[in-house]
Amino acid sequence: MPAEPIFRLPTRHLLGIEGLAPPHVDAILDLSETYVETSRRAEKKASGLRGRTVINLFFENSTRTRTSFELAGKRLGGDVINMSVEASSVKKGETLIDTALTLTAMNPDVLIVRHPDSGAVKLLSEKVRASVINAGDGQHEHPTQALLDALTIRRRKGRLSGLVVAICGDILHSRVARSNILLLQVMGAVVRVVAPTTLLPAGIERWGVEVFHDMRRGLDGADIVMMLRLQRERMDGGYVPSPREFFHFYGLDRDKLARAKPDALIMHPGPMNRGVEIDSIVADDLDRSVIQEQVEMGVAVRMAVLDLLTRNLQGNEPPGGVPAGSGR
Amino acid sequence: MIGSPLRLLLRNARLVDPATGLDQPGSLLVEDGRIAALGPAIDATGGAAGEGVRTIDCAGHVLAPGLVDIRVQAREPGDEHLETVASASAAAAAGGITTFCCLPNTEPPIDDVALVDFVSRRGSTIGLVRVHPYAALTKGLKGEALAEIGLMAEAGAVAFTDGVRPVADPRMMRRALAYARNFDALVVQRPEDPSLARGGAMNEGELAARLGLPGIPVEAEVIMLERDIRLAALTGARYHASLVSCAKSVEVVRRAKDAGLAVTCDTTPAYFGLNEVAVSNYRTYAKLSPPLRTEADRLAVLAAVKDGTIDCVVSDHAPFDHDSKRLPFAQASFGGVGLETLLALLLEQVHNGALTLMQALAPVTERPARLMRLPVGRLAQGAPADLVEIDLGRAWKIDNKRFVSKGRNTPFDNKPVQGKVVRALVGGRVVFQG
Repeated sequence: MPAEPIFRLPTRHLLGIEGLAPPHVDAILDLSETYVETSRRAEKKASGLRGRTVINLFFENSTRTRTSFELAGKRLGGDVINMSVEASSVKKGETLIDTALTLTAMNPDVLIVRHPDSGAVKLLSEKVRASVINAGDGQHEHPTQALLDALTIRRRKGRLSGLVVAICGDILHSRVARSNILLLQVMGAVVRVVAPTTLLPAGIERWGVEVFHDMRRGLDGADIVMMLRLQRERMDGGYVPSPREFFHFYGLDRDKLARAKPDALIMHPGPMNRGVEIDSIVADDLDRSVIQEQVEMGVAVRMAVLDLLTRNLQGNEPPGGVPAGSGR
Repeated sequence: MIGSPLRLLLRNARLVDPATGLDQPGSLLVEDGRIAALGPAIDATGGAAGEGVRTIDCAGHVLAPGLVDIRVQAREPGDEHLETVASASAAAAAGGITTFCCLPNTEPPIDDVALVDFVSRRGSTIGLVRVHPYAALTKGLKGEALAEIGLMAEAGAVAFTDGVRPVADPRMMRRALAYARNFDALVVQRPEDPSLARGGAMNEGELAARLGLPGIPVEAEVIMLERDIRLAALTGARYHASLVSCAKSVEVVRRAKDAGLAVTCDTTPAYFGLNEVAVSNYRTYAKLSPPLRTEADRLAVLAAVKDGTIDCVVSDHAPFDHDSKRLPFAQASFGGVGLETLLALLLEQVHNGALTLMQALAPVTERPARLMRLPVGRLAQGAPADLVEIDLGRAWKIDNKRFVSKGRNTPFDNKPVQGKVVRALVGGRVVFQG
């Protein structure tokens, strides 16, 4: 059984890392730790979501994230339904808000939403009674990914504060990068971004990150090397001339990794393009790579987020009601 | 690459070096292909003379850094009937040019590491002058997708350009500049908006109207130049505009430089030596790209060379066969050869009193060398002994039948000029003797 609630999230929804303060992050990560234990038992069931209905509402293809949320919901005893909207009503012309209203009529407790447009998940959250978890909106945020990355780092390094984290690759199109930058900065880590100029958003130098175009220099003395996926269609000359040029200058190989600290961890949100952004030898290095561990932490973090958000829902209210700052 | 183990003393010379402002009589000692010492005292001490030292008497001629020409089409690979790296090297040496950079407009275009390597190797195998290839900015010079700028820079590409084809799409140009900045690579563009220039054969204006030829407005050049400079400012990239031909372009570049942008430019002697009247009688040998402009433009370009707003002067060597020029004007090819006339046409302006010798030599020595980050173009101890000996007074007539280049298409045929290359040395080795 998970520990008694130690903290409550200030909002009904988890739309992004933006707005979370260090105590919120710590609370989520602390609770996640207990769910790591739960998930490693033979009996993996907990009861925080018993009787609750969770809908995985994915407007964009995903296997890993959807499965992770589905497992998290089921391990908490909730009823989880997957809706791949790509293949359903949207094709028939239904608007996002229509979909939201239809779903609300079915009284779900949690909606886990992924959408290709930045801001779409927030729009949907304004129209439903359920708690909404952003599972990735366009190029904006992917908060549970940042939380699972933080949990992975914290378990290995014992802290987040003061660590030097180099986020490398397609920063421009990455919601993972945005959420990670926000979370790592709020937790006191030093964040570097390493990318060619064509894969960096304009104005990034004002985010309080250190910007590097030369990967070797960017990895110098880093504690964490966080690689991002570069989509194939972005390597045909629009942003980057070719996969081989990208790998030569921005692919993580042993040579470049040698610039990081000897005990630096290698992370990747998956799925990996081996030989494009990461060399197989490095990705599979069990001493350095925590890529598989990230996947495991993903389920635990999502259990914690589901648990904490549903504690705020009606029927689970603590004596004295919902704390101030709630999103209701 | 090109060296000589011998010690060589060039004595009785007028040493001229725009990099330092040096202009004085003296000698220059070459050791192992590099400049070992120079100055008036070298002769007097006799320290340099002795066993194993070959001596050349320069007879009071100018001894200057060998010329660096950053815009040459060597036509290899693909159009070897027009020119080769070998024939261009020989023509360059004859023109006092000891280093040239060749454009990627070949067949196939130089847009791949292997081709960059091929052209570099051709240059060193021939071993006459130093040859540095440009590489394509976009794949296939099509202006649609980034070429492998990083890998080609590592392979020795000196800078990046689509050569005679400007990158038309502003979004592509922005990406190319941004990407090039990663590697601190120089982007070179000959600005001309293809849509505004389409179908044009000569400068738009009264003369074109009288000749009944379709015109190319100066705005075709100026609009793209202004666009590029804005994109260079946005991305922070190093940008070089090639073949500035008109007063308005000079103004635009001057403003960019005043604003502190990393913007440079070049021109070719045709734009300060000729105006659009040269194409009267439908003279296709004077059909150039950009087209020859008005007299006011010519004077503005000359003034900009004088004050340094135009950083470099290039040959814009573009060899064609007669078949490409002996055509109705509108159908003839654009371009002229220039390797063997670059120096004489600059010296013409010195003899005219329009430029000083330093002002004429700086844009073909230290400035292009500095722009391309090449260790040549100056008379400095330890620098490669790439030198040109010039007889400033010698009169001769440009005669395209006597060109070393395979190309004969010069707009300056039969022009009397003054000032001739006596000798050219690369790495201390004599590669041309007139």
